[in-house]
Amino acid sequence: MIHFVVHEEGDGVGVVVVEGVKAGQDLVGWIMEDNKEIRMTAKSDIPIGHKLALKDYKPGDSVIKYGVDIGKVVAPIARGEHTHVQNLKTKRW
Amino acid sequence: MDLSKAIFRGYKRENGRVGVRNHVLILPVDDLSNAAAEAVANNIKGAIAIPHPYGRLQFGADLDLHFRTLIGTGSNPNVAAVVVICIEDGWAKKVADGIKATGKPVAYFGIEQHGDHDTILRASKAAKEYVQWASELQREERPLKDLWVSTKCGESDTTSGCGANPTVGNAFDKLYPHKVTLCFGETTELTGGEHLVAARCRTDEVRKKFQFMFDRYQAIIDKHKTSDLSDSQPTKGNIAGGLTTIEEKALGNIQKIGRKCMVDGVIDKAEVPTGPGLWFMDSSSAAAEMVTLCAASGYVVHLFPTGQGNVIGNPILPVIKLCANPRTVRTMSEHMDVDVSGLLRKEMTPDQAGDKLLDCMFRTANGRLTAAEALGHREFVLTRLYESA
Repeated sequence: MIHFVVHEEGDGVGVVVVEGVKAGQDLVGWIMEDNKEIRMTAKSDIPIGHKLALKDYKPGDSVIKYGVDIGKVVAPIARGEHTHVQNLKTKRW
Repeated sequence: MDLSKAIFRGYKRENGRVGVRNHVLILPVDDLSNAAAEAVANNIKGAIAIPHPYGRLQFGADLDLHFRTLIGTGSNPNVAAVVVICIEDGWAKKVADGIKATGKPVAYFGIEQHGDHDTILRASKAAKEYVQWASELQREERPLKDLWVSTKCGESDTTSGCGANPTVGNAFDKLYPHKVTLCFGETTELTGGEHLVAARCRTDEVRKKFQFMFDRYQAIIDKHKTSDLSDSQPTKGNIAGGLTTIEEKALGNIQKIGRKCMVDGVIDKAEVPTGPGLWFMDSSSAAAEMVTLCAASGYVVHLFPTGQGNVIGNPILPVIKLCANPRTVRTMSEHMDVDVSGLLRKEMTPDQAGDKLLDCMFRTANGRLTAAEALGHREFVLTRLYESA
């Protein structure tokens, strides 16, 4: 069973694609680009469609998704944690 | 799916374009004419009115866009005939003449010096003749290249970027070699991925025009913004669905143009493409505005991926919804034409998802009503550039 998907090898976040992911849950991920499986443990409850960090981040880091920069980290994020508006912001506008 | 001999059954119009619907349109030029237009559509079964709030005291480029959108909508091959109603004769004639260039039947009526009652009576008589005439037109087999297909996504979430939007991209990659006329837009929603679109432009000239349109829209954002646009772009719905930044949303959005299509041309809002291939249209990213512009540009089928569940339709352009979010597919099933949620469970390949969408596109082109058509979604929203005089 796939719990989260990752667009490309090297992306720093995955997208949860099932409902009801809870903190502490072991998750199976699918890297779509090269059809590879990875495993992670969720550190937060993460709603369907929301992102989990695949690595540790500190403020000022960039987050890569689709192989491209999607914004800057504004609060520390631990591997497996929910990554969203509370810790990631646009670099534009 | 082998599309080399693909056909669809459509209505060939006087100017050679092919429609997949056969509407008789009651077209108000301005807000004041909505009541009469709706009364005519109520009198004459099979006629459809498209009320809207604008058309008075607009000027310059904004007025040009207003006329271009109304004339383009009436000229769309999904429309068999048009009754134009305006408070004044002059602009009624201007819009009617613009549509008449296609060769289709058009009548126009000004309300001043007549009043609503007399206008409704005369316009209803014209609409009745058109509806009966149109009801005898027959569909005929046409080659795939006669189909014009547009796309725009809405209420996106992260599943749009990994499921529904790449499905449209897969379909576009399959349609593109067969000389189909394709369109995408949503200028601000390329922010963060604009370099990827620029890299796909066929020539330097196209790239330059794309960059001009992109920069022009960014200047509008910069001029009016009071924040980083959080809550507007991405929207509250996008954020609820897990999208965090405009860059992330844009990269998902761009999946819709596939991996092989080149951007062959760039058009301004509601302009008409001049050849086959993929066109970028400068446009708002608001769903109804963008889809209205696609209809005005002459597109006859629209592919609309959604994540959180946008419910949009259009009066004349069938809007096919597809979704990869299993929760949305479950909770809003009446709005969805194509369920591609299997993609995220590895139960379906992108190639199979693209074929499933194309199958629905052909059935829709051949006459099957979309969910939005069956539910009566007729959002017709004109784009404004600035204040009225």
